[in-house]
Amino acid sequence: MTPPAPHDDLLRVTGLTVDYVTDGDPVRACADVTFTLRRGEILGVAGESGSGKSTLVTALSRLQRPPAVTTAGSIEFRPRGGDAVDLVTASPRTLRSLRWTSVSIVLQSAMDALNPVMRLGAQFADALRTHDRTLSRQAAWDRAAELLTTVGISGDRVRSYPHELSGGMRQRAGIALALACGPDLVVMDEPTTAVDVVMQRMILAQVLCLRRELGFAVVFVTHDLSLLLELADRIAVMYAGRVVELGTAQELYEAPRHPYTRGLRDSFPPLRAPLRRLTGIPGSPPDLRRPPSGCPFHPRCAERFAGCDTHLPDLGPAGGDGHLVACRLYDAAPGRDRTVTLEGSAR
Amino acid sequence: MTAPPTTRPTPVLAAVDVTKHFAVRAGVGSRAVVRAVEGATLDLHRGRVVALVGESGSGKTTLARLLAGFYAPTSGEIALEGAPVRQRRGRVERGYHKDVQLIFQDPFGSLNPLHRVRHNLERPLRLHHGVRDRAELDRRVGELLERVALTPADQFADKFPHELSGGQRQRVVIARALAVEPKVLLGDEPISMLDVSIRLEMLNLLDRLRTEDGLALLYITHDIASARYLCDDVVVMYAGEMIEGGPKEQVIADPLHPYTRLLVESSPDPARGARDREALFDAGADDLGEPPSLIDPPPGCRFHPRCPFAKDVCRTQAPPRTDVGEGRWTRCWLHATDPTATSQETE
Repeated sequence: MTPPAPHDDLLRVTGLTVDYVTDGDPVRACADVTFTLRRGEILGVAGESGSGKSTLVTALSRLQRPPAVTTAGSIEFRPRGGDAVDLVTASPRTLRSLRWTSVSIVLQSAMDALNPVMRLGAQFADALRTHDRTLSRQAAWDRAAELLTTVGISGDRVRSYPHELSGGMRQRAGIALALACGPDLVVMDEPTTAVDVVMQRMILAQVLCLRRELGFAVVFVTHDLSLLLELADRIAVMYAGRVVELGTAQELYEAPRHPYTRGLRDSFPPLRAPLRRLTGIPGSPPDLRRPPSGCPFHPRCAERFAGCDTHLPDLGPAGGDGHLVACRLYDAAPGRDRTVTLEGSAR
Repeated sequence: MTAPPTTRPTPVLAAVDVTKHFAVRAGVGSRAVVRAVEGATLDLHRGRVVALVGESGSGKTTLARLLAGFYAPTSGEIALEGAPVRQRRGRVERGYHKDVQLIFQDPFGSLNPLHRVRHNLERPLRLHHGVRDRAELDRRVGELLERVALTPADQFADKFPHELSGGQRQRVVIARALAVEPKVLLGDEPISMLDVSIRLEMLNLLDRLRTEDGLALLYITHDIASARYLCDDVVVMYAGEMIEGGPKEQVIADPLHPYTRLLVESSPDPARGARDREALFDAGADDLGEPPSLIDPPPGCRFHPRCPFAKDVCRTQAPPRTDVGEGRWTRCWLHATDPTATSQETE
C-alpha cells in the first residue's frame, strides 16, 4: 500500500449537512461532516445502516434526489490541472464536465447498472466517446477491451452482453467503466457487498493495484469495518449521521478512541487470534427521526458520564498522526480547543 | 465457547448421502438438471453447533431446506434420531417441524406484517402444542420473548413487525422457532442481514440456546470468522459438494483442501501482518476464477479448474472422502491415494 503524497488535498468536505425534508421535522442524515481526502488516498467510511454513509455518497456525487437536500457545508474538489470547484453549488453544466472524467462512482448494484440489451463494448464506447468526441468507434472498442483486461476480464468479452457474465464479472466491469475516463476520485458505495469473499478479495486487490498504477483516490463506503482495516489508508467512522472518529487504519485498529469504534472493532470475531467472549454493542442504532440529545451514542455507551446526554462533542484531535475523535472522554487531549481542525494532518 | 466433546451417540438429525437435483428449463423445449447438492452427509448432535460454510450457490441453503423437510431429496435420506424421514408428495408430516425448525436469513420477510408479535408467536403454540387457553398463551409468549431478551415482554408482544428493528425482528423469528420446542435449529445466514454491532448478541443468543437447552444447531454462513466464534465443527461446501470438515480450529488454521485455504485467506482479517497482506493482495489481483455452473459441473473434482495443485486424476475422477484422523476429513486427491498413480507404480 503506497502512502499518498502528503499535503495534496483532492477533496475538502466542510460542515456538510444533509436533511431529508419531510412533512414533519426534517431528518438530518448527515450532520456537519468534515474531512479531507488526499490525492491517491483510500478513505474508508464505515457505518451501520442509518449512519448516513450512503447519504454522504449521494451528496458527494451530487446524485441526491428530493427529499434529500444539502442544507449546509461545502465540498471543495480540486481536479488535476483544474480549478477548485465547490460541488455543492456547482452548476449542472460544471457537474457534467466533471462527471466520469474527474469523479466517477461504483454502486453496490453496479452489476445491475449495465444496460442488458447493449454489448459491454458499446456501453464503454458510449461513455468514452461522450467525454472524448475525437475518439473513433474502433478506438473506443479497443480501449474498452483494454479496460476489461485491467480488471481481469478477457478482452474478447467486449462482445458479450451483461447476462453472459457472472455477477462478480459484471461488478468488475462496473469498476472498469468507472475508471474509463481516468478520474481523480472514485466513490465506491459497498462495491463488494453483493459478491462472495473470494471475489471480494480479488476486486479489492485489483482496485489497489489500479490505484498504484493510475493514482486515483477512493472514498470507500461499507458497513464492514474489518474490510476497511485491511484496505483503507484512513477511515472515518460514522454514527447517526456524524463522523465520530477519523484516523489511519492502523491507529483505528490498534487504538480506537471512541467507545463506538471500539465496540464496532470488537464486533468482528477474530479469524485466528484466541477466541474470547465478545459482546458487541448493546441496544440498536438510533432512529434519526428522534435523535438522542447530546452525543448520539450516549444511550448505548458504557463510558458515558454526566453531561454526555446534553453536550454534543466536537470532532477534535486525540493524539498522534492527526487522529480525530468526537467524544468528551478526550476533551482534555493535548492540542484540543473548541474549533474543529480541518487539516487533521500532522505527517 | 466449545462444548465438551461427546461420545458419538445417534445424531439428532442426519443427512446420509443426500442429493438434490432440480429440473429447470434451459431455453425453448430443452430441460436441464441443476445438481444443487451432491452426496451430502452431515450429523447434528445435541448441544453442538456445526457451521456450514461456502459461497453463494454452493448448495448451503438447499441442504438446509432438505434438512428442514421443505424439499424431498432426489436420493439419500434424512434421519431424525435414527429414523428415516418419510415424505409424501414432497412434504413431511407436520410433526417433523415440531422437532426441526429453520430460521431464515431475512427477518424482514419472514414475519407476517399484518399481525402483532403476539399472533406470530401464538401460531406455533396453537398448531404444534394445541395451546388454546388465553392465560396459558400469554404466559408462554411472555416466556419466549424473555428468552430472546425482548423485554419488557408485554410491550413487545403488542408491536407489529415494522415497529421493530432488524435485530429485534430476528429475535422474534428465533422465539417463534423456539415456541415449538424443537430439537434442531437450522440457521440459514441468520445474522448476515443484521447490523454489525448487533450480530454478536444474536450469536451469543444462539450459543446460549445450545448450552442451556441442548439444541442441535446448524449455522449456515459465508463468514468464517463468525463460524469460528460460534461453532464446534466446520463443514465446507463447494459447488454442491462437501469438500472438507472437522473441528473448527484445525480446519481454519490449517485447511486441507485448496478451496478451504482460498476461502480462509480471502476472509477479511485485520490482524493479518502488513507483509502477508501485501503478498495476498498481489496474488489476489490474478484471476482466482469462479464457482462452476451446477448444470454442467466440471468432471472429476469440481474445484479442479481453479485449483493450483490440479493433477491429471483431478480432471477425470471425483476424489473420495478421506479421513485423516482427529475427526477431520476432506475430499481431495492431495490427501487420497491416487488410483492412477498406484496402477503406474505396480506396472
